[in-house]
Amino acid sequence: MVTPQRTDPPDGAARRSASARQRSGRLPWMLVVPALLGLAFLVLPLAGLLIRAPWSTLPQRLAQPHVLEALRLSLVCATIATALCLLLGVPLAWLLARVDFPGRRVVRALVTVPLVLPPVVGGVALLLVLGRRGLLGQWLESTFGITLPFTTAGVVVAEAFVAMPFLVISVEGALRGADQRFEEAAATLGASRWVVFRRVTLPLIMPGVVAGAVLCWARALGEFGATITFAGNFPGTTRTMPLAVYLALETDPEAAIVLSLVLLAVSVIILASLRDRWVNSP
Amino acid sequence: MVSKRLSRWALAVPVALMIAGLAGCGSSQPAGTSASDASSAAGGGAKEVTVFAAASLTGTFTELGKTFEAAHPGTTVRFNFGSSATLAQQIIQGAPADVFAAASPAIMKTVTDAGLAGSPTTFVRNKLQIAVPADNPGKVEELKDLADPKVKVALCAEQVPCGAAAIKALGAAGLKVTPVTLEQDVKATLTKVELGEVDAALVYKTDVIASAGKAKGIDFPEADQAINDYPIAPLTRAPAGDLARQFVDLVLSQQGKDVLAKSGFEAP
Repeated sequence: MVTPQRTDPPDGAARRSASARQRSGRLPWMLVVPALLGLAFLVLPLAGLLIRAPWSTLPQRLAQPHVLEALRLSLVCATIATALCLLLGVPLAWLLARVDFPGRRVVRALVTVPLVLPPVVGGVALLLVLGRRGLLGQWLESTFGITLPFTTAGVVVAEAFVAMPFLVISVEGALRGADQRFEEAAATLGASRWVVFRRVTLPLIMPGVVAGAVLCWARALGEFGATITFAGNFPGTTRTMPLAVYLALETDPEAAIVLSLVLLAVSVIILASLRDRWVNSP
Repeated sequence: MVSKRLSRWALAVPVALMIAGLAGCGSSQPAGTSASDASSAAGGGAKEVTVFAAASLTGTFTELGKTFEAAHPGTTVRFNFGSSATLAQQIIQGAPADVFAAASPAIMKTVTDAGLAGSPTTFVRNKLQIAVPADNPGKVEELKDLADPKVKVALCAEQVPCGAAAIKALGAAGLKVTPVTLEQDVKATLTKVELGEVDAALVYKTDVIASAGKAKGIDFPEADQAINDYPIAPLTRAPAGDLARQFVDLVLSQQGKDVLAKSGFEAP
């Protein structure tokens, strides 16, 4: 749904590409046909939802308190999870891109594990570590009295686990693409590594960080499998919008479509406004 | 020529990604018909019977499927196990199924009302039990212990059959239980018990037996007032109509009854 976009090319480049197109005559159909197929593949299911939505009963369905509650929980948890990912993920991306340590390639592969792990398995894995009988969970409970499963904090943990790789990958990509001469110049002028990171590197890769955060937030918002497995499902505490959608499907498919539309509308509005403000601004 | 090779790649890469994407998505779906279901149904004349069955029937029906294949050489039985309601949705949306076995008459009714199934037969009944972790950390002994706020309880969500039955049983006992979670199906509820994340859950007796010692079952009298009937029916648009009827006959036969009884199901 969302891809980090490059900034618009300056006018000169736009003019050049236009004249190049006129010279070559027609569009390369070898690219256009699969591109249109890909677009249809992504957009048609959404159209299906819109066509099947029970528009007449939409307002009263939306005004139900449990819908608003699930939506609020979803937005709050996805936002906190994204903040957590930024806090831990940006330094991790920096480590992978800027520090040469043995086994870096293995670590980079490990970071992407939550991307390929079936979400339910991710949830079980989290339980085995942070659950009541988990490796860390036991100690957390006996020492601090903290239990994560079945709490809102557990939802944040599950979402962050699944969404963090998106952030790390895009920030690391931005770091590798950034011109390192600026950092070297700052370092030769006597700036410490932390000052260089804060004053030179971070402003340089800001678009990449924002794009990554946006992706991460969107993934956290739609997270279902790890959440229901690790945090469970209880109204007001851990029942986020995707969980509400799944349960509505069991009894009332129309309600499920309405809930999905709410989730889609909210995420599209927020993502679109964020990207215009951040990613495409010079 | 370079440009020609490039354009071939341009087509191959998205196609490969799409296939990879489909394969990846399929594995993480909670319950869905895989892409191969659609293609095999299009084949038509293949000797194949597709059975959609409630998740709690996974063990017993897999065994009966092997029996069926042995009795009908050259025939394969394909299963799609999942939440009854999800399966019913898939059937109503035109999934190519021959037989439907649900964990609740109400869900079967949505399929018969859509004119997609013949008259269903109740083939087994399933009773609730209190499931506790093998070491029973919450010291749970009877149903009223679940009302203790110190005891962490998992229940199925009311939208799924085991949740509806749990509400009925607790209502019959006049108890107010606040669970920590309402799970999406009975297997997920039991997993929480097996991992020791909760002290007790209300699940089916058959699931406790299937957990092979990781969870312990405790009978309680109110379970008799929330018994779940399992209906089975051949589907009217079954691509393999004869085989569908034969499979239903096997489930209803003495042989079928024996397999089901062994797993803790009760005779209707």
